[in-house]
Amino acid sequence: MDYANSEPAGAPPTEITSAKIIIAGGFGVGKTTLVGSVSEIEPLTTEAVMTSAGHGIDDASKVPGKETTTVAMDFGRITMAEDLILYLFGTPGQTRFWFMWDELIRGAVGAAVLVDTRRISDAFAPLDYFENRHLPYLVALNCFDGAPRYEPDEVREALAIAPHVPLIMCDARVRDSVKHVLVGVVEHAMATLVAEHGRGYPTPVG
Amino acid sequence: MGQPQQPHDPRGNLVRPYAVTRGRTEPRRDIPIEAVLVASRSAVQEARFAGHDKYRIAVLCEPRAQSLAEIAARSRLPLGVARVLVADMVTDGLLSLHSAAPRQGFTERMDLLERVLSGLRKL
Repeated sequence: MDYANSEPAGAPPTEITSAKIIIAGGFGVGKTTLVGSVSEIEPLTTEAVMTSAGHGIDDASKVPGKETTTVAMDFGRITMAEDLILYLFGTPGQTRFWFMWDELIRGAVGAAVLVDTRRISDAFAPLDYFENRHLPYLVALNCFDGAPRYEPDEVREALAIAPHVPLIMCDARVRDSVKHVLVGVVEHAMATLVAEHGRGYPTPVG
Repeated sequence: MGQPQQPHDPRGNLVRPYAVTRGRTEPRRDIPIEAVLVASRSAVQEARFAGHDKYRIAVLCEPRAQSLAEIAARSRLPLGVARVLVADMVTDGLLSLHSAAPRQGFTERMDLLERVLSGLRKL
């Protein structure tokens, strides 16, 4: 890396590593609430401009005259140490913007797919997406007040969640509960990495 | 990464969000959205002459490291536009680019996961 060339004089010498965890799920399932429960900053929104053609992000100028669409992603930040920052990125709610997730998940530690038990079918699309990517993920059931409670096994069966994918209950509004979800994502990522290493083909993320 | 291609008449191809990059949509280097950037105090001074948007970005990144995503959000620029400007600033020495999580190597990836795990547990 040409770090030495690009570092301005007087910059702090510490190399800062940043990691990210993806929070996926249907529209209105509580992704931004979850991010806000642990983020040290108010969740921010970043917008990407895309063409209606829908291939590649931020590519509008190559097809003048095409309609452009803006997709928003919410994210939060946890500064863990002077040299380590964790970002939490919520996927765009609309599933037709999946192609954008490919860029978003590249290099991620792992993902949590948030499921609302009142609208369980909203989870099919995100689960399908992660099933076909080399990214460790778990399923987190967001238990809203008054939401129908199902046994985890019932949800696992209804959503056809593979046996190796962890399923945990959470409340996206509660910091400790969200912390538990994130710890689960990282532990699952570690177990996946160890298993891949044992099989002798570590897979690049994304 | 190759040099960005200049259209014959750049104005003809402009869409508004890219006006601040003079129509360029290809960043000079790929920057992950979570990679953080830092501006030194002297770089902020230098950025005064680099245009309004770049100066604002340098000011943002001086007190505290900011990811590309934060820079885009806080300066209200679309992600792709911010990426082009930030990549220019890295090339010009106005920002230092720090590394995203390692994607290769068992030990490197495991070390990072362990650090993130311990950071989460301390929350």
